[in-house]
Amino acid sequence: MTEDLLATSKNGAATDVVLEVSDLTVGFPSDDGLVQAVRGVSYGLRRSEVLGIVGESGSGKSVTSLAVMGLLPGNAKVSGSVRFRGKELLGAPEAELNKVRGRNVAMIFQDPMTSLNPVYSVGFQVAEAVRAHHAVSKAAALDRAAELLELVRIPNPRQRLDNYPHEMSGGMRQRVVIAIAMANNPEVIIADEPTTALDVTVQAQIMESLQLAQQETGAAMVLITHDLGVIAGQADRVMVMYAGKLVEVGTAEDVFYTPRMPYTFGLLGSLPRLDRPSERLTPIQGAPPSVVNMPPGCPFTPRCPLSVAVCEEVEPALAPTTGPEHLAACHRSDALIGATPGDVFETDVVDTEALAHFVTETEGQA
Amino acid sequence: MTAPAMHESGSAATDPEPILSARNLVKHFPIRSTGLVRRQVGVVHAVCDVSFDLGPGETLGLVGESGCGKSTTARLVLNLIEATSGQVFYNGTDLTALSAKKMRELRRDLQIVFQDPYASLDPRMPVNEIVAEPLRIHGRYDDAGKTQVRDLLRTVGLKPEHGNRFPHEFSGGQRQRIGVARALALRPKVLVLDEPVSALDVSIQAGVLNLLDELQSELGLSYLFVSHDLSVVRHTADRIAVMYLGRIVETGTASELFEGPAHPYTQALISAIPLPDPRKQRARERITVVGDVPSPADPPSGCRFRTRCPKFAAELSDAERSRCVEEVPELVDRGQGHPAACHYAERKVLI
Amino acid sequence: MPETPTTLATTPAGADAQDREFTVEQRSQFQLVLRRFLQHRLAMVSLVVLVLVVLLAYVGGWLWKYEAGQITPDNSQPPSFDHPFGTDAVGKDQFAQVLRGTRISLQISVMVALLSTFVGTLWGAVAGYFGGVVDSAMMRFSDLVLTLPLIAVAAMLAHLFGGSWYLIAMVIAGLTWAYVSRVARSVVLSLREKEFVEAARALGATDTRIILRHLVPNSLGSIIVNATLLVATAILTETALSYLGFGVQNPDTSLGLLVSEAQTALTTRPWLFYFPGLFIILIALTINFIGDGLRDALDPQQRKVRQ
Repeated sequence: MTEDLLATSKNGAATDVVLEVSDLTVGFPSDDGLVQAVRGVSYGLRRSEVLGIVGESGSGKSVTSLAVMGLLPGNAKVSGSVRFRGKELLGAPEAELNKVRGRNVAMIFQDPMTSLNPVYSVGFQVAEAVRAHHAVSKAAALDRAAELLELVRIPNPRQRLDNYPHEMSGGMRQRVVIAIAMANNPEVIIADEPTTALDVTVQAQIMESLQLAQQETGAAMVLITHDLGVIAGQADRVMVMYAGKLVEVGTAEDVFYTPRMPYTFGLLGSLPRLDRPSERLTPIQGAPPSVVNMPPGCPFTPRCPLSVAVCEEVEPALAPTTGPEHLAACHRSDALIGATPGDVFETDVVDTEALAHFVTETEGQA
Repeated sequence: MTAPAMHESGSAATDPEPILSARNLVKHFPIRSTGLVRRQVGVVHAVCDVSFDLGPGETLGLVGESGCGKSTTARLVLNLIEATSGQVFYNGTDLTALSAKKMRELRRDLQIVFQDPYASLDPRMPVNEIVAEPLRIHGRYDDAGKTQVRDLLRTVGLKPEHGNRFPHEFSGGQRQRIGVARALALRPKVLVLDEPVSALDVSIQAGVLNLLDELQSELGLSYLFVSHDLSVVRHTADRIAVMYLGRIVETGTASELFEGPAHPYTQALISAIPLPDPRKQRARERITVVGDVPSPADPPSGCRFRTRCPKFAAELSDAERSRCVEEVPELVDRGQGHPAACHYAERKVLI
Repeated sequence: MPETPTTLATTPAGADAQDREFTVEQRSQFQLVLRRFLQHRLAMVSLVVLVLVVLLAYVGGWLWKYEAGQITPDNSQPPSFDHPFGTDAVGKDQFAQVLRGTRISLQISVMVALLSTFVGTLWGAVAGYFGGVVDSAMMRFSDLVLTLPLIAVAAMLAHLFGGSWYLIAMVIAGLTWAYVSRVARSVVLSLREKEFVEAARALGATDTRIILRHLVPNSLGSIIVNATLLVATAILTETALSYLGFGVQNPDTSLGLLVSEAQTALTTRPWLFYFPGLFIILIALTINFIGDGLRDALDPQQRKVRQ
């Protein structure tokens, strides 16, 4: 059903969509039952757009992209469809996938050390990435590697080619990973928390390099992060994930200024802001549900201050809200019109009665 | 005995007597060679000449990137690691001069909440025991102990019925609450919060921040809030000290610092944090720095930030630069309304 | 313990959301370990076999019609219905002898494991926790003990102190605790850096409290595994000692002594040699497998145990 909605909402030719994911479902068998990491995610990535996927840990945002790349462990149960330029990737033979991976679709992980081989020099690794998909000489590949390092703003790229990963700082390594991703002018880049492991000032640099590289190559990018600030600065469209599902989809402005899903709303309200003096935060009570043995109904129900009886019975589908491109999966999205997070979410967190009791008990000691 | 030392450099004359103050704290960690004879081959300058005051009921935010020495400072303040030099005064008592036994007793008043809620709770202890441990250590776990533990758990938003469970059965946010309950058990006066929310998801983080907020106003606690996240610090702190490579580079009230940061590092830090607001974020002026933090084993001479400083690189003349290379800038007010350790400090409006 | 799973269906909307987090049935750590151990097939089979051997040795020996050392009229009999393991040259029932030997060997090895684990753990924990000079001094001593050739020294000591089973156990333990101390030290070294130890120090806990309440309970897993494996080592060491004639002395007996006595009759009465040998292998092997299973079960990083 969400598929149909997305299909109709795609105004424009289907050829504009480079990567199409429909009804992607991923489960992992465990001792306690099937872990439903991703439950029916559908989206279309358009040419040279930046699509942000935001969600908290365990929301399935990373699993979604690993499934797209065919990088999940063997015990994962994957269904649905992932099409790159109309070609089905799910279930395709490994050799076929390898042709697409790295060349057409590149991936950048959170920890650069997992993607770099510690025993080879950086230049060799970037050149290898070039040679994997192009028949060029070693010298030409190294020249291209130097160019790529320059593209991601590594100073003195020529000298850096001989460095080993461990000789570089975290920020430099991540730039090398971006350079490798760019090596074959991919059409799609999937960046999974590319800056999370880095310091703030380095994060800003990396984000800038990534943006630059993306613009230069004209690739479309899926940017996965938990940082709403990064999304606000980079993404054209935003998808919010919760408990393995898309719960809100829209342009960055839609999602940040007129959220129509209480989860997004609460998330925005729980962010301390750099640009305003201290104000009361609106935390979302409780914690994300476990995705094992999911009950029926909306998974956000137990944490949702707006929930009603129907929320427990029927899991809402994505439906248009403020515009045809702005979708939210919520029975009560209308209740958010004109509201502030403080109206909807409770901000009291301390059991004052218990605290008072504790204070009187310990009075003599303090 | 050395109480007058506290008054020497009080940051503001109007402040009440500080409850906790650090004076010229220095911490060097030796770097030893590997092998049979472990010779000292170098020194990590983790904390260099750090001084600050924490007033009663106040929150002082200590911000900086990894390796800036903020966590080391927090541990020095609690005397968990021994300072190379410098003093820490709690209500006029020099902690660095106390015997181990006296210090243990004083720990009642000075408590800490750690960053990693997964590592800071003993995995083999049920939650009740974890919260009761401080009471037992200080011989206060009497008949009322059980009710106290229950009340503490309820205070931080946990169900006392879950007290028999083990830490691994709780979510990150709940574990951090357990850590807070443990720190509160002895009714401390000062709480050192070492990155208390950085390991948590946003929606959970807000709950813990609100909890800390409310506990502070109810119990009159003083917080030393260590964090790398400027947004969180702006939200919680009354005053802020920004650290870079072991030194405080700028300090002031939260509004002074965010409305008119004067040190290029603070400016870079503020503009590096993305705002969760698409229009504002895309329209911002950015001050970017290049490169990574230099190794604290071999910090640059003079101003430690000069190797990455955009001002040093683009705006200063050679004559001006030589001052940055040769002279360590003092942390004083150069007419910006608050102290900044930059020879060429200049207020900038970034937000 | 209130280990009741909170089922989702019964949670009303808007009710305290914390309950929702416990959607998967919660298990205590002990239950988790037990479950993982039960899934380890080889270890489970070994455990069953070992329990049977122990029961046989203690209960069986008591029920069996012949006593150990009792001389029956049938000498030099091969295994038969009357004498399942045969008899020796003077007519002693080998089945009764083996059961008795198993008892002594088990007693020795369990005592070795207990003694050396206790001493070694404390030694290693103290060295690891304090570090520095204390650590160097204590561990150099352990190293010294480790360099001693176990069998040779044990043989000499056993020779000096006589052959009762508990003296043999003490001699072996006096040499094996150093292995345990190394394991305990390395575990404590890694635990010492954990934040919960720092947290305890920040609360004002004394060193004794930290070692006893935090470090030892957390290293218990690896120590138990080690102790289990030590039982197997001890049984083999005791066998070797007794075989060389420095261990348990006649009229008492042990599996090693039985093997040693049977070697002269290897060609004429091979059954005297095979059965005690089989028991040695059976015990050492099953204990090793149980140790493996315990290690896998206690290791929280181990997601899936070998099946």
